[in-house]
Amino acid sequence: MTTVRVYVTLKPSLLDSAGRTVAGALQKLGYEELTQARIGKLIELQVEHYDDARVKEMCDKLLANPVIEDYQIEVVS
Amino acid sequence: MKVAVIRFPGSNCDQDAFHSLRDDLGIGAEYVWHESHSLAGFDAVFLPGGFSYGDYLRCGAMAARAPVMEEVKRFAKEGKPVIGACNGFQMLCESGLLPGALLLNAEQKFICKDVYLKAENRTSIWTRGVDKVLRIPIAHGEGRYVADDELVARLEGNGQIAFRYVTASGEQSDEANVNGSAHSIAGVLNESGNVLGLMPHPERATRALLGSTDGFAILNGLKLIASNL
Repeated sequence: MTTVRVYVTLKPSLLDSAGRTVAGALQKLGYEELTQARIGKLIELQVEHYDDARVKEMCDKLLANPVIEDYQIEVVS
Repeated sequence: MKVAVIRFPGSNCDQDAFHSLRDDLGIGAEYVWHESHSLAGFDAVFLPGGFSYGDYLRCGAMAARAPVMEEVKRFAKEGKPVIGACNGFQMLCESGLLPGALLLNAEQKFICKDVYLKAENRTSIWTRGVDKVLRIPIAHGEGRYVADDELVARLEGNGQIAFRYVTASGEQSDEANVNGSAHSIAGVLNESGNVLGLMPHPERATRALLGSTDGFAILNGLKLIASNL
């Protein structure tokens, strides 16, 4: 069994309105050094036999929307 | 004329659509379950609003990959009318039938109110009957249409911008652009103009008792087709 982590993030050019709110809250808590926070998703997958192409296919077909998101795949174990 | 109102787990505007079509417009409507593989006998498709599959992953993402959507794609390709309102619009973007995507409203909040719409395209079946500024309700948290400048230019060039959020007098403004959509875009068409996706709910505006009958201007497009069948 292999654990694979897929990180899905909003393309940098797009406004992440939830991230902006979180950044504002952190700044109000006194973290003036913070300039930006962006929120993404971590999807942890367990696969019986790891196949890079198959996991990429999962990302392209469903896990990420290429119009608005980028993704990174990390094989954990 | 018979319209397929597609039901997904989590749809909640399916009944609004069904009753609007059948009782207010007086055209045939039937529910179709998302696992169906056939749209035989139907002349048009209505993808309703709601929270299909709990809006998990991304709004409309799972619905866009439901079995029935292969049929909806075939339907769209054949030039038959397809409309998606709210969650239905999100599905159409997720399925690639319409360009762009919908993200969390710029001010994060779920917005439930009447908005004013101006039809930019005036030739599609969905927009040719719109001869004034429409007042139609919205109810969404993730309706901010995103498209880069290149896509917007292409949409404008092809006449694919169906509706923009405007003021009551028909002017574009930051305030009228309630969810922060790119270029105030509220609804878009595919290149052939038979597929319309929009965040506002025309099916909630076909009865005076509900506050507005401006939804007829859009949905009457189906009657134009019905009269040709």
